[in-house]
Amino acid sequence: MTEAREPLLQLRSLGVRFGRDGRELRPVDGVDLELRERECLGVVGESGSGKTQLLLALLGLSPPGARLSGSIRYRGEELVAAPRARLEAIRGRRIAIVFQDPLGALNPFLTIGTQLTEGARRHLGLGRRAARARAAALLATVQIDAPAERLRSYPHELSGGMRQRVLIAMALMCDPEILLLDEPTTALDVTVQAQVLELLRGLRERSGVASVFVTHDLGALASMADRIAVMYAGRLIELAPAAALYAAPLHPYTAGLLRSLPRLDVPPPARLPSIPGQPPDLAGLPAGCAFAPRCPLAHERCGTVPALRAVAGARALACHFTGTATQVDAAWSPP
Amino acid sequence: MTGPRPPLLEVRELRVRYRGQRAVAGAPTDAVAGVGFDIGAGESVGLVGESGSGKSSIARALLRLVPATGSVRFEGQELLALRGAALRAVRERMQIVFQDPIGALDPHMTVQQLVTEPLLEFRAALRTQHAQQAQAMLARVGLGTELLARHPHQLSGGQAQRVGLARALILGPRLLLCDEPVASLDVSIRSQIVNLLHDMRAELGLALLFIAHDLPAVRFLCDRVLVLFRGRIVEQAPREALFGAPQHPYTRALLAANPVPDPARRPSAPPPAAAPAAAPGAPPPIAGGCAYRDRCPLAVARCTAEAPAMRAVGASLVACHRAGE
Repeated sequence: MTEAREPLLQLRSLGVRFGRDGRELRPVDGVDLELRERECLGVVGESGSGKTQLLLALLGLSPPGARLSGSIRYRGEELVAAPRARLEAIRGRRIAIVFQDPLGALNPFLTIGTQLTEGARRHLGLGRRAARARAAALLATVQIDAPAERLRSYPHELSGGMRQRVLIAMALMCDPEILLLDEPTTALDVTVQAQVLELLRGLRERSGVASVFVTHDLGALASMADRIAVMYAGRLIELAPAAALYAAPLHPYTAGLLRSLPRLDVPPPARLPSIPGQPPDLAGLPAGCAFAPRCPLAHERCGTVPALRAVAGARALACHFTGTATQVDAAWSPP
Repeated sequence: MTGPRPPLLEVRELRVRYRGQRAVAGAPTDAVAGVGFDIGAGESVGLVGESGSGKSSIARALLRLVPATGSVRFEGQELLALRGAALRAVRERMQIVFQDPIGALDPHMTVQQLVTEPLLEFRAALRTQHAQQAQAMLARVGLGTELLARHPHQLSGGQAQRVGLARALILGPRLLLCDEPVASLDVSIRSQIVNLLHDMRAELGLALLFIAHDLPAVRFLCDRVLVLFRGRIVEQAPREALFGAPQHPYTRALLAANPVPDPARRPSAPPPAAAPAAAPGAPPPIAGGCAYRDRCPLAVARCTAEAPAMRAVGASLVACHRAGE
């Protein structure tokens, strides 16, 4: 067998549920997905897609009241309902996260050095001096000037781009196997965003750390991801190698989202393409396919939920429409 | 009188300084440091620049929400000297749409109340027509009557932004300030709102000051673009020139960094070595010279010694010693 290696992470029928006002919401609903060694897996979705809840579930950080179902295996070890101590041992050490809001994720009262070294001292048992040396080396890795001095800085003394680099360095402190990236570039200006993406690409090429990159921005993901999972209303609706997804999206939502991306590399259109309607409201999802109310290919059969099925080219798709990418694209551009 | 009509809005030497804001050297710095531009009647002008460049401060200064010096003439009238009722009267003609569509709406009011409120304020005598006017305006921004009784938290971001737009347009303003109106909306919804602004502008002959990070939206919506860096306009140009032949190195960096949804191509990042020293919006380490020099790949000794004046290069007005070389 050539594919004998176990995936780093394996999700099976993963569900996250909440009760609200006597109703049950399912921000993550039956997701099957795996993360392979050295891979960058992009997870794309907009409001209500469940991408953030999916990420929190991977860390065992779902909010109070959330009920998890299904399975999350990390190197074969079940994490759903694993003891808290075990999750804490994995979190930060084996699986680390970089949050979207670098200011909110840092403690304003502690120096960068204190915050950077905390995890390494706990997880790796490093002494203060060794931990600070490692922190300074990682700040240099994330291209921060004068790293030893920066260890004495407080978060408010750094720019947004620098704070985001500090968070990346912090996630790398214990040399994790998996990096979870939660919209790591969304709060940044476009030039700084390009720099952070370049930094992440470089890290990956050098260390081979696997990552799950969660974002609403298919533009930012293009230069990063090997495979991309598209989520809508809590479900995985399309999964494909990145090149194939951008070149020939098969789900009408993916195609609509790609068309809606703001671009400067093509001439300005007479009208900006968008997807009609509103993002899904988890408290009032239609029966059947959640995208049907906004879909140009919606049909009677869409009254039942389409199952995720395998498609040629190592892809998967949850849509009743069985036509080609060209037909899907044509449905968005009426003559 | 002969000669061209004065522009709708004339801004000269506009400065905004927040209390307690100080440069590294100890001298106060300006969030907006002497900005000048015009907006013609019905013209759409884009204002772009990174966080902290002063974009929102300009919008707030035009609305007199923050103290400012310099001159802002709107329909020939100096705004910075106005107070009380005279200032209130101007707000009927100049309105704003904010970035956070739900947060900008009073949570206790219904959609109907939100859209009629400006009419109660300014057109109290015509009260009997308010409900009808509000419904007509909501229909124009693409909202149905089923939303009239809803509260802001019961709306999606896109619906709330349409309500914000209906509120801003119901008094028939000549100028609409849009402060990042689509930045917090989902990608699939953003273009709906940008298209709507485009339509409203054409229908109502409205002038726009469109503040945005989203350069493709600016290219779609605006006739002319101002590029702001650390409180100064570094380039202004007609749309085609700005996107086709940008002159300032900062404008070029902004355009080059825009992501391309194609795995085979990479957006180009400006050299990261320059970034750590340059916190966005922070003042340059030493006063004088070009504010962009510590991040500029083209900087030479002259850029430290002497602040570049605005001059014409190609179809742009640009503040750069090296432009056009």
